[in-house]
Amino acid sequence: MAEFKGIMVYGEIAEGNLSAITTELLGCGRRLADESKEDLLCILIADQLGETPQKAIAFGADKVYTVENPLLKEYQTESYVVVMEKAVQDISPRVLLMGQTSVGRDLAPRLAFRLGVSAAMDCLELDIDPETKLLQQTRPVYGGNARATFSSDSFPQIATVRQKAMAPLEPDKSRKGEITPLKVDLDPAAIRTKVIETVKEEVAGIKLEDAEAIVTGGRGIGGPEGFKELEELAKVLKAAVGASRPPCDNGWVPDTMQVGLTGKIVTPELYIAVALSGASQHLAGCSGAKNIVAINRDAEANIFKEARFGVVGDWKQVLPAFTAKVKELLAG
Amino acid sequence: MPMNMIVCCKQVLDPEAPPASFKVDPASNQVVPPPGVPPVISPFDEQAVEAALRIKDSQGGKITVLSLGNNLLRDVVKKPLSMGADELVLLEDEAYEGGDSWSTAYALAMAIKKIGEFDLVFCGRQAADWDAGQVGSGIAELLGIPSVTVARKVEVADGKATVERVIADGYQVIEVTLPALITVSNELGEARYATLKGIMAAAKKQPTIWKPADIELDPSQIGAAGRRAKLLKLFQPVREGKCEMVEGDSPAEAGANLAAKLREAKVI
Ligand SMILES: Cc1cc2nc3c(=O)[nH]c(=O)nc-3n(C[C@@H](O)[C@H](O)[C@H](O)COP(=O)(O)OP(=O)(O)OC[C@H]3O[C@@H](n4cnc5c(N)ncnc54)[C@H](O)[C@@H]3O)c2cc1C
Ligand SMILES: Cc1cc2nc3c(=O)[nH]c(=O)nc-3n(C[C@H](O)[C@H](O)[C@H](O)COP(=O)(O)OP(=O)(O)OC[C@H]3O[C@@H](n4cnc5c(N)ncnc54)[C@H](O)[C@@H]3O)c2cc1C
Repeated sequence: MAEFKGIMVYGEIAEGNLSAITTELLGCGRRLADESKEDLLCILIADQLGETPQKAIAFGADKVYTVENPLLKEYQTESYVVVMEKAVQDISPRVLLMGQTSVGRDLAPRLAFRLGVSAAMDCLELDIDPETKLLQQTRPVYGGNARATFSSDSFPQIATVRQKAMAPLEPDKSRKGEITPLKVDLDPAAIRTKVIETVKEEVAGIKLEDAEAIVTGGRGIGGPEGFKELEELAKVLKAAVGASRPPCDNGWVPDTMQVGLTGKIVTPELYIAVALSGASQHLAGCSGAKNIVAINRDAEANIFKEARFGVVGDWKQVLPAFTAKVKELLAG
Repeated sequence: MPMNMIVCCKQVLDPEAPPASFKVDPASNQVVPPPGVPPVISPFDEQAVEAALRIKDSQGGKITVLSLGNNLLRDVVKKPLSMGADELVLLEDEAYEGGDSWSTAYALAMAIKKIGEFDLVFCGRQAADWDAGQVGSGIAELLGIPSVTVARKVEVADGKATVERVIADGYQVIEVTLPALITVSNELGEARYATLKGIMAAAKKQPTIWKPADIELDPSQIGAAGRRAKLLKLFQPVREGKCEMVEGDSPAEAGANLAAKLREAKVI
């Protein structure tokens, strides 16, 4: 049996560059590799990789494996899982880290089942047990109400990591590393899915994931008109507008505005939560915010347990005065 | 063409119970069910039933629901029947308890093999208790069929399904050959209510119960014995939160005071 060695990061590429989650995984992987005195490996898969292998080295990888093939232009479960199965067999990493992203969510379990190992999804903390060298994986469960720590003893130990849970290293262009192309044969006939179309539904303005400030509305906003008032405030604060799930489910705002466990994970400096109760599944997406401010008419609402500042009251009365005062303060 | 469909539905503690009622018993690493809050079918699984029902509405077919667990509450697990599903199979036994995604998917895949003919298997995108989102992909892998995860729309024609898959900033339209497994997300839209007629019909239906031996399960692969991921610890994260309440003589004044407060604290 092969010896399993090394911490491997599955890298994602967005618009020709390493995606943010990849640099975060490399940051986390570097620590795990150093703790276990092993190499940090990175695998990159796409139709064209450009400069991304060098960038992965700058962000901490010792060895980068590359697979370039026109069939890998778009993520498809069956082509990517074949590549990853082959890569794991050739390289035998002890740990494989992926992002909890549209790709990682789909690929990690399928790959784990193909390899006969387990995967821990959406991890917030990863540690190497100094004695056994096994990865311990801590992830939220019950919508964020609890956390669970898992381990396994079949290799590779696979974990997906929540976005923004780990910090990337400062890139160092002088770092040295090896780049090795892998050869994988892909049979187009074995891919039983076809991507017909990719539709972007991005909202105008600042992206939620990048925003320093976010104004989020919940069910209590009552309809699309209410969100116009939130946009007013957002404009003044140069903030993005987000939503809890009900406004998305009700079609008041696009689904891409949802913050939470099954929506976007955000970590702004300021998060203003208006007329939302603070369900654990919502907090899962925003508890990394530096300052949460809540406006809710129910003094018992759970959001106040997470907030730093709060006002109990009807948002329709509180918000206009708040927005006006913020405008005044920021102008002066 | 009528479709043969299977939907996997998990009974879970109500995920929308007030967060304050949530308790973990650290000694047993288990959640203490909140008193007076009945369990439910995991919401995404209800939406998976809805996805199947929409296909049945448009072109006919049969929907078999599979639920795995022990001491499942009949009122809860029968809900998909009252919504319009045709049959209910329970994998119900002590041996199924304390499993992981692996042993759960394995048992469900073996049950699906026993059912035999199917065009589509539906799961929720993730169970609302352990939130792993693995069982669907696992079943597909074990059955050797393609999967499309996190669907918001599913249509079937000419031996293929066309699925809208939710991605971070929009969606993808994906065509997949049948048989296939699809996991459903809330963007699909609300699941229908049970009708009175449905509830009466469901009350009369007896679920089929399959013990591990009925689906030729190897005892070493079931429940806790078949785990590949070992739970070491279940705990509640500590929240140190202390909220400073800002007041005023009127709600408007409170709003203005809040702005001043944020300025003072250098938050804005
Ligand atoms: C006492 C106890 C001990 C546990 N110990 C461990 C452990 O040691 N290791 C570990 O990894 N986990 C453990 N778990 C959690 C484990 O049982 C999870 O439920 C399992 O990992 C499945 O993952 P999930 O529920 O998140 O399902 P997901 O993968 O999120 O489920 C996706 C979909 O699959 C279908 N599905 C899932 N489960 C069922 C079901 N039972 N019946 C019908 N359909 C279903 C549904 O359609 C669901 O929407 C334990 C749980 C308990 C209560
Ligand atoms: C598995 C799973 C995943 C989920 N994922 C997500 C997710 O990613 N994101 C998400 O947000 N949710 C998610 N949910 C749903 C979540 O459980 C809650 O149902 C949801 O977050 C509640 O949204 P809300 O706070 O806006 O609504 P509610 O809980 O209904 O709260 C509305 C709040 O508004 C207040 N209010 C009403 N009117 C006014 C007014 N005029 N002025 C001031 N306050 C007012 C009320 O006091 C109340 O606190 C998920 C659920 C499950 C089961």
